[in-house]
Order: sequence, then C-alpha cells, then structure tokens
Amino acid sequence: MNALRKGVQLLGLPVLLIALWWVATVNSDNFFWPPLSEIAGTFRETWFTGRFTADVLPSVGRLLAGYGLALVLGVGLGVAIGSLPVLRAVLEPVLEFFRAIPPPVLVPVLMLFAGIGTTMKILVIVSGCVWPILLNTVEGVRAVDEVLRDTARCYRLGRRARLLRLVLPGASPQICAGARQGLSVGIILMVISEMFAAGNGLGFTVVQFQRTFAVPQMWTGIILLGLIGVLLSLIFRVAEARLLSWRNE
Amino acid sequence: MRRTPPPWALGGLGLAGLVLVLEATPRVGLVDRRYLPPFSAMVEALAGQAGTAEFWRSLLETLRGWALGLGIAMVAGVVLGLVIGGVPVARTATTSTIEFLRPIPSVALIPLAVLLFGTDLRSTLLIVVYATFWQVLVQVLYGVRDVDPVARETARSYRFRPLTQVRTVLWPTALPYVLTGFRLGAAVALILEITGELVIGSPGLGRQIAEAQNSGAVPAMYALVIVVGLIGVAVNAAARATERRALRWHPSIRREIPA
Repeated sequence: MNALRKGVQLLGLPVLLIALWWVATVNSDNFFWPPLSEIAGTFRETWFTGRFTADVLPSVGRLLAGYGLALVLGVGLGVAIGSLPVLRAVLEPVLEFFRAIPPPVLVPVLMLFAGIGTTMKILVIVSGCVWPILLNTVEGVRAVDEVLRDTARCYRLGRRARLLRLVLPGASPQICAGARQGLSVGIILMVISEMFAAGNGLGFTVVQFQRTFAVPQMWTGIILLGLIGVLLSLIFRVAEARLLSWRNE
Repeated sequence: MRRTPPPWALGGLGLAGLVLVLEATPRVGLVDRRYLPPFSAMVEALAGQAGTAEFWRSLLETLRGWALGLGIAMVAGVVLGLVIGGVPVARTATTSTIEFLRPIPSVALIPLAVLLFGTDLRSTLLIVVYATFWQVLVQVLYGVRDVDPVARETARSYRFRPLTQVRTVLWPTALPYVLTGFRLGAAVALILEITGELVIGSPGLGRQIAEAQNSGAVPAMYALVIVVGLIGVAVNAAARATERRALRWHPSIRREIPA
C-alpha cells in the first residue's frame, strides 16, 4: 500500500503531464507542435540508426573528456591556491573576473586558437567547467577545520597524508558542489560549441533539424538532450552520495 | 612574523600581472598577435567601441534582456515555490517532475525558440527564463521546507489567515533562500542572455561578439569579452550587496559585522 502510494507520488504528475501533451497534440496540425505520437514514433529511427554512434557518443565523449580535465585542473590548482594565502590574495580578483565571463563567449575566442575541431570543443568545455570547480575547491580548502589542521601538524603528518586524509576529505563537500555546477556548465558548452561550428554531434544535429524544418526530429533531439542531462545528473548524484557517505551525521 | 601586504594590494598585483602577461606574450611572439592582440590594442578597440552608438545600444539590450528574464523568473519562481512548498500534497506530487525538468539543459530549447520566434528578443528570453526559473524555484522550495514547525503551528492555532501566515511565517524564513536564488539566478540569466545573443543572434553584446569574430576584428572581440566579464563581476557584486541589504536583520548577516 505504502509502495503504491509512493509510486503514485513519484510518477503521478509526470505521467499526467505526458498524457496531457499527448492528448493536446493528438490531432495537432500545427507545424511547430507535432503530435507527441509522431515524435515518439520518429525517435527510434532518428537516433538509433547510426546517429547514436556518429553524433551522440562523440558529444558525450568530448563532454566527459573536458569535464574530467577540468576536475583534475580545478581540484589541483584549487588545493594549491587554497593552501597558500598569499597566492590566493594575489589571484582572487583575477579568478573572480574569469568566473564572471559567461563561458559561451569563450567559443569564438578559442576558435581562433584551436580551429573548429575536437580540440576546440574540449578546450571550451574545460575552460568553462574549471572555474566553479576551482573556486569551490579554494573555498573548501580554506574552510578546513582549524583544530583538525593543528592536530595534523602536531602528529607530524607528512605532506601526502595531510593532503589525502585532511585537506581533500575536508574540502570534498565544497568540491562536489563546484563539480555539480561545473557539470551543468559543461553540458551547456557541449551543445553550444557544436551549434557554432561542427560536423557532427548532438548540438549540430539538432540545429540541422531545425534549419531544415524537420520538426518532429528536432523535438526528439530536444528530448534526447534532456534525457542526457537528467541521466548525467543522476549518475553524479550517485557518485556524490558514495563519495560523501562517511559524512552522514 | 613577517607582515604581509593588505589583500587589496595583493589583488591589485594579480590584476596588474594579468595585464602584463596579456601585453607581453603577443609582443615577444609567444602567441600569434592575430589571435591574441596585446592588451593595449584591446583597450584601444574598447575605446573605439565606446564611441559608437551601436555598442551602447547593444549594452542596453543585453541588460534589458537580462533584467526582464530575471524578473519574470523571480516572480514565477517565488510564487510557484510558495504555493508548491506551502501545500504538502503539491510538494510530494511535484518533486519527481521538478527533479526531472531541472537538469534539462536550457540550451536544448534553442532550436525550438528559433523556430517559434526567429532571432527575436523573445527567443533569448525564453531560454533565460527557463534556466533562471529552476534556480529560483528550487531555492524557494528549500526555504519553505526550512520553516519552523512550531512557528507554523502557532500561526495556525492563532487562526492567522493564509495570506497573513505567508507574510509573517513563510516569507521571513524563505527570504534568505529567495535571495540566494536571486544571486544564482542573476549569474545564470546573464550567461544565457549572452549565449542566446551569441548563438541565436538576438540583439545585444553577444551578437556583437559573434559579428566581431566573423569580420576578423579580433581586438574588438576581446574588448567585448572583457566588457561582458565586467558586467558579470558587477552583477555578482550587486546581487551580493542586495542580499546583505535585504537581510540586514538576519542573524547570518548580523554575525558578520564585528561587535
């Protein structure tokens, strides 16, 4: 009974909304809002007859490569900057400025240096994702408990042990917060960099559909992008829960 | 202990260093001048831009789009957040939907927006509102969840009318969260406003950047990127100042002021 109720709570509204969409468009001859049945019908044929490996996987691959690099860079630099107060004071305004630049404007800038290939797209993703991760890591490292820090010093923990046992775990909640922001920026940049200039990829394909007025296909692209966003955030949440499981009070 | 210089001096040093690097690397030939012009060339281009009416019009259009999008998202987010958060049934029923809709990247809607509105202002507005709305809504929902049950029950026992309950119990508790949503939303709205202009081509600084890039006016492009960055800094600072001002009474802010 309880499970049933939970199920209704979880799925009730989404099912209702989809049903509404279905019913509202069932006889639609509006060009922009094709019937949902038609969209669902073209989904398989649009994405799973070659496009999945030709467009979706390269996009997601670039996203993961860029995001991974940004994580390494952001956490690495963040720990260094966070542990050195003078360095932090010197770099703070510069970092604030770079963070405030809306990441998509980096696309035209980086196109100058790296052309329009895969390198450019990964670079764009890195240079957008890195700021929230970096700044949150700096904050996290700075906020590590003073007493714990002194204790570690008293016990003469070595550099390595201090980093792995004290600084990184202490800063990990903040790092995760930054990594989550970075991920959503990364998805945006994945799409934008492909809309600008590309020969393949999700963003490219969706814009192509729009330009050729393949409206149902365009809708499937929007839905697929949405699903990817939801899936990645789910994976992130699972990873975060595992990483921070020790923190449960 | 050695005295360290004050933070503003160190920060100024950092900025000066950045300017120096930007000036020097293209001059000594570390990077191609065509790709990264020296800082002085960027400043010159900026001065040139500031003399044109087009620059100021674009700046105004960007700010207007940002403010409009943020405003709509704030009103919608706060109203819906209070309603959904205040009614337990609504909250449990909508949780899964919100969790599903929120991570959908707003840029996925760009093709739809272009199809519906063309390169009009409304295309960008749609994307800005969509992205900003979730930031605000989620914060308001957190805020409403944070309401002290005793305060809520007390208000109910005294038979406060629903609107009075909202004004005296719900709103003051949720306000810090609303302002956090405002701060996050302000930054997100600016990102999506510029993105929309850049990709869709609706009027504003983003479109100017795309045009400068297409016509090979590299220093002007960098100048505009710097302007956009400065707007970002100003937006962040203004949002933080608003937060402090509106929450002067709140313990979290009052604690920061040394006794």
